[in-house]
Amino acid sequence: MIGEGILSTNQRKHTYVRDQRTVGFYTDPTLCIGCKACEVACKEWNDVPDDGFRWSGNSYDHTDALGASTWRHVLFIEQDQPRGRQLAGPMSGDLLSDLTEHEDPFRWLFLSDVCKHCEEAGCLEACPTGSIIRTETQTVLVQNDICNGCGYCVVGCPFGVIDRRKKPLKDAGGAFKCTFCYDRQASGLVPACAKACPTESILFGPLDELRPHAAKRVEQLKAAGYPDAQNYDPVDTSVKGIHAFFLILGNPEAYGLPAKPEIPTIHLKASWTSAFLTAFGALGLSLLAFAFLK
Amino acid sequence: MPKPDRDPAFERRLDELRQEAKTQGRVEGRGVDIAGSPLPIAAVKNGPNGHGPNHRGKPGLERAVQSGADKPGYFGMPVIKPPVWTWEIPIYFFIGGLCGMAAVIALAATVFGQPEIVRAAMWIAAFGGVASPVLLIMDLGRPLLFFNMLRVFKLRSAMSMGVYILTPYGMTAIPGAMAVELAHWHLLPDGLWSTLLHLVAVTLTFAAGLSGMLLATYTGVLIGATAVPAWNRHRSLLPLHFGTAGMGSAVGLLGLFGYTLRPLAAIFWVTVAVETILWLWLMFRRHGPADRALHEGLSGHLLMPAEILSGPLSLVLVSVGWMQAAAVAFMLGSLLSRFGWVQAGKQSSKDPEAVFASQR
Ligand code: SF4
Ligand code: SF4
Ligand code: SF4
Repeated sequence: MIGEGILSTNQRKHTYVRDQRTVGFYTDPTLCIGCKACEVACKEWNDVPDDGFRWSGNSYDHTDALGASTWRHVLFIEQDQPRGRQLAGPMSGDLLSDLTEHEDPFRWLFLSDVCKHCEEAGCLEACPTGSIIRTETQTVLVQNDICNGCGYCVVGCPFGVIDRRKKPLKDAGGAFKCTFCYDRQASGLVPACAKACPTESILFGPLDELRPHAAKRVEQLKAAGYPDAQNYDPVDTSVKGIHAFFLILGNPEAYGLPAKPEIPTIHLKASWTSAFLTAFGALGLSLLAFAFLK
Repeated sequence: MPKPDRDPAFERRLDELRQEAKTQGRVEGRGVDIAGSPLPIAAVKNGPNGHGPNHRGKPGLERAVQSGADKPGYFGMPVIKPPVWTWEIPIYFFIGGLCGMAAVIALAATVFGQPEIVRAAMWIAAFGGVASPVLLIMDLGRPLLFFNMLRVFKLRSAMSMGVYILTPYGMTAIPGAMAVELAHWHLLPDGLWSTLLHLVAVTLTFAAGLSGMLLATYTGVLIGATAVPAWNRHRSLLPLHFGTAGMGSAVGLLGLFGYTLRPLAAIFWVTVAVETILWLWLMFRRHGPADRALHEGLSGHLLMPAEILSGPLSLVLVSVGWMQAAAVAFMLGSLLSRFGWVQAGKQSSKDPEAVFASQR
């Protein structure tokens, strides 16, 4: 069902919410053309405010990073490695000689980054208001009428996705991130970004279909001469995998992705132990001091 | 939540966007900045990165945007988001520590019959019971929704646990101080009522002491159990550090108010010694990029002097017997150190190398 043109899960209506089926995104930079249709679609559907322009100087990327008012972000990565038939530099016009002679060790990759909808989500665990919930499709959703803007989810996310929106943008003070288009999904529609994607670089579908598809895709690319193709889905860390996962060429770090992301709750045990020992130590110290010194 | 009224038109809009992307190769829209850029390849120079001709002897390419090549991660962009907290939070950490531990002193002084100390300490504790929630609420993005914190009880969220430490603390420290004060003035005739008042005062003081000792230390967990490298690297040290600083500040403040009993001086000695050891630990057990924010940049310049103030400098001052000066140095150091730690968190989360070093 995945990646089959008109029948693709990216275009047809679905009932995943009603069926409580776990959904995901598989984003493939080898298909991405860097058009930013996903960014535009996301902003328009979700009415995400314009957060201003900053000339970054980072390739074609002036969006900078994911944030409270940027829920899709197309990375433009420049690397000193050849990428198949991608041409760069001066060309003679004769395609064949360009391909054989002018190919330089340079590749320009695009990857549409998004909230990972973690299996174990740091933001969700951190939220003290219960504003962040897991939906029927196992995505992570911020209920904005409940969030009081404490900002604890911001330091709970190991991927730097969720952020508190600054004034003077609308709804400032609350935390925002990709909703996985929960509203659209609830009425059977495909997330706006995936639907607008012209190359199906953003592939939407049930996670149990996406994962085998992703494994096949990596094999395919390796056979086609991309030895450094791999899927980025940290299933063996405390995050236990992500529902919006990626194909990457090369190191995850180049995409701003930590190689082994950990959910911050793994630190709780050591930290609370220290807190209780200190607390009772302080109590004991005070009692002893007053007991023995007058 | 569904917006079906927008569906048909919007679905057409999505098709349009997809079509535009297919034909133009790029899509522009409100708030999405594409508007051109330096080309990825600027000029034809000598070889990749200007290192001479490439392996085929052809003129190579020079990267226009050199910035990306030599920066860690994705153009050196932060990998995780910096904490959004402003000045209220470090002051809250300081006041919560000081006042929470003052309640512990009040508890011990109650047990061993030091009514004057109980009174002074409970006043300090009550001040914390008022100031802490005010500071915490001021820092919220939406202060009016503060009470949504009480919707859930989450063991896995230190912020949620903090609310359930702070709330009982405030609810016992404030009336506790009042009860202690009333009992002190002997307004009620001796007999049942005054005994009852005394009992209430003791109970509230105990409860304030028990919640106060956690108020002073949980803040270390709050920042220790996050994705921020400089913080989670010190997840065990932070509660000890914050609690010790709170205790030292509490007895220091009591000392400045003129309560200089030997038990208080002894407690102060211990806290100063512990703070000195923690300072040495931070100085000599460095963790490379992961916690370099503690030593470098603005946060380093704030944090290390602060740790010296409440550690070795206070130790020197108490050793020569200048208790008041030591108390001032200790409290100032603790306050600055809370700002330093929050700043270190901001600096460290903007440092991709720190994040990669701690998450690999
Ligand atoms: S990527 Fe961050 S914001 Fe998204 S679900 Fe995971 S922890 Fe939450
Ligand atoms: S800012 Fe909002 S969503 Fe984030 S943890 Fe606080 S209450 Fe929850
Ligand atoms: S799923 Fe929806 S909210 Fe999330 S990035 Fe795509 S369009 Fe935006």
